[in-house]
Amino acid sequence: MTLSNRHEEQAFYDFTVPALRPWSHVVKKGQILRIVDLEGCQAVDTLFYNANDYSERYSAQDTARAQGSPYVTAGTKLISNEGNAMAVVIADTAGNHDTSAGACSAEANTVRFGHETRYMHSCRDNFVLELAKHGMSKRDIVSNINFFMNVPVEEDGTLAIVDGLSKPGDYVEIRAEMDVLCVISNCPQVNNPCNGFNPTPIRTLIWEA
Amino acid sequence: MAEASRSEKYTGPYAAQQERYYRLFGGAKAKARDFSEATGNPQTLPGDLVRLRETVPGGWALALPVARGETLRIVNTHATPGVSLVIYNARDTSERFNAGDTVKIQWNARLSRGRVLFSDMGRVLASITDDSYGRNDALAGGSSQASNADKYGNAALRNTRDNFILLASKHGLDKRDVPPCLTLFAPVGVDGAGRFRWEGEGAAPGDYVDLRAELDLLVFVSNAPHPLAPGAHDPKDIGLLVWKSPPPAADDFCRTATEEAIRGFENNARYLAALGEE
Repeated sequence: MTLSNRHEEQAFYDFTVPALRPWSHVVKKGQILRIVDLEGCQAVDTLFYNANDYSERYSAQDTARAQGSPYVTAGTKLISNEGNAMAVVIADTAGNHDTSAGACSAEANTVRFGHETRYMHSCRDNFVLELAKHGMSKRDIVSNINFFMNVPVEEDGTLAIVDGLSKPGDYVEIRAEMDVLCVISNCPQVNNPCNGFNPTPIRTLIWEA
Repeated sequence: MAEASRSEKYTGPYAAQQERYYRLFGGAKAKARDFSEATGNPQTLPGDLVRLRETVPGGWALALPVARGETLRIVNTHATPGVSLVIYNARDTSERFNAGDTVKIQWNARLSRGRVLFSDMGRVLASITDDSYGRNDALAGGSSQASNADKYGNAALRNTRDNFILLASKHGLDKRDVPPCLTLFAPVGVDGAGRFRWEGEGAAPGDYVDLRAELDLLVFVSNAPHPLAPGAHDPKDIGLLVWKSPPPAADDFCRTATEEAIRGFENNARYLAALGEE
């Protein structure tokens, strides 16, 4: 656990993202973004794009490879597809955030949970609609970070979304190492435990450098 | 009794979804079918079945169209430590291999014989009908200028990331279209402390993987070592064959091994029917 000493009242941006909804905001180099899991066990699917060139974006595999581990936590450098550090996680009260399992989609839901789940809201749909505001499309979605989502990879390769580790008020803080567009889907999934079968709001705050 | 204890355990508006999730997870752990039942394909293919043979030198890459029903065999002729792939639906390249969906849908990061590769659209792009070595990685990715600089001190070595950008640009795509990849012949595991490790000696000369195309595909193959492979940078030639594999039987292992695979193929059937192809 790595705590932050920043004060909420000093943040210049403070927003509550409702349950199920997407969000995006530019975080300039040096600024600090905090994502708060207000009620606990709420997956926050997160992508980063270079705000000046969207073709440079977060790469889950490069991030995992560079640090030698598939989990994101304090100290993790979020590496782009160009091999650059886009941001670094500087505080984390929950730990073990997933970046291997990607976002939920209606299409994958049909395979995972049954065809009756086709007409349910998903992170992929949130991402598509939020990215569309910035001139991007489905092809710009890559494997994301799932903050507050617990997906242990066991030694035999077994991988499953299990009960979340985060408690109400847990947070991560991320310092931008370049100007980044951060895009979030406050995960609406109710077919697995990533949101404790109860999607809830999150809060985003940004501090100046 | 079982029903009573279940309703006690699962509560709230999504109790039915909770019950379903843990049932599916339990089923995946129980492994309805033993993956050693997947018998694979002949090591030596009759010459008249082979449509195409290519050798890709170490460090280089090739794009291959593979039609539905054909099988792409990647032959690790000289035991090079890793061959990376990305796969697109040839009809609509916005549909492509999705590493995250592939591992989470199958509840497993070990992708080997009997498993399937999913697109981002809930469909099966390819089935792993044979895999003589059995270890492939979808978590740590392919090499890049940065990984070669970190590992070999030389960013100028050929790498998978640049290979994929080159191939994408020659097929009407660009670097935005290069998704996370699958790397064959890469025994990457995660230890109890959450660290990647390279487990074992790696593939032997002649090991091969067969990928049966379940839709018409465009496959990019990059012959560059996995970024976690030990040793000096010394990629070797690989062989690629496209062969006319037999039509899958009703009890085809890859299509029936798990209920997730069955549903994935139901999505394929629905898609192909809408196209008037099935």
